Amino acid sequence: MIPDFRKSDEGHAAPQGGAITTATEDRPTSRTSAEMFSEAPSRGPHAPGLWVYLLVGVAFGFVLTKSEVISWFRIQEMFRFQGFHMFGVFATALPTATIGVQLLKRRWRRTLGGDPIAIPPKHLGKGVRYAVGGTIFGLGWALTGACPGPLFALLGSGVGVIVVAIASAMLGTWTYGLLRGRLPH
Amino acid sequence: MFHPWPWYVAGPLIGLFAPLLLWLGNRLFGVSSNLRHLCAAIQPRRIPYFGYDWRREGGWNLAFVAGIVIGGILAGVVFRNPEPVAIAASTRASLGALGVHDFTGLVPRELFSWRSLATPGGLIAIVGGGFLVGFGTAYAGGCTSGHGISGVANLEVPSFIALAAFFAGGLLGTFFLVPLALGGLR
Repeated sequence: MIPDFRKSDEGHAAPQGGAITTATEDRPTSRTSAEMFSEAPSRGPHAPGLWVYLLVGVAFGFVLTKSEVISWFRIQEMFRFQGFHMFGVFATALPTATIGVQLLKRRWRRTLGGDPIAIPPKHLGKGVRYAVGGTIFGLGWALTGACPGPLFALLGSGVGVIVVAIASAMLGTWTYGLLRGRLPH
Repeated sequence: MFHPWPWYVAGPLIGLFAPLLLWLGNRLFGVSSNLRHLCAAIQPRRIPYFGYDWRREGGWNLAFVAGIVIGGILAGVVFRNPEPVAIAASTRASLGALGVHDFTGLVPRELFSWRSLATPGGLIAIVGGGFLVGFGTAYAGGCTSGHGISGVANLEVPSFIALAAFFAGGLLGTFFLVPLALGGLR
């Protein structure tokens, strides 16, 4: 029996991970959002301009920095189970996000522009990518004391050398792109 | 404005960004995909993983990340907290034993400065750590925001696995790699 790779592959199309497609890989550009990211974002006349996302980003960066979750010290405190701050942040952020997303999906159902809310599901597959990739990221999280969002907030808050960590993270992502076909997912 | 915010203010605010972006334009809150977009912008066609229209798919997210940098400037420079990060005394003691003595900023200057980049410890933490963050998030298909918040908020099993793995990796990193990186300081 030949496994249906195409079907199982489509599922990996999280915006962060991208589709693990094989059939479409040799097409260089102009793949649609649905193919690459299985996302149906608002692009109509009501779609917000880039400046809206810029402003939302400013707010996010401000909160990240003011709450000190971008601090290497806070991350060490968390992983050593010596303080409650980070756990408190996660313990309040997750229910807020969950209630908000579920209300949008089930009750309000529409975006600001009137499109139906559409969240592409992440497919489990064998789950290897989540366990192994997640652990590799965790090692880096402990070392740099920052996940990707905080890396950019730290850059703004004046830790200039973080630009090297961001460049190295890009190299890491690029290396993944290079090796992706040979890695178990 | 100059004081740091407590967890019960920051946590709920951080949680609002996933539903907000979804409501604004069906966008999935997640920062690590920007590393991919930046790679795609530099080298669009040689590797299939980066062969897509980064402006169209990632333009909004790159604008979001530019905003994060500006937010960092506002909160970290303009409204900078002059006090050291108020971590637990036990954490200070643990880190002190490993050779960290400067607790004045958001990050230990011994490890995160241009000068330390030339030391083995700085190389491990900045270059090595950054590489693991970029490789790991791409492999896992998301980071703390994309899996840890967006995915969990959408009640997705892969994201719960990823979040558990993030933490497991973080523990391994804290107790094996961080002492290695700090070894050069003593």
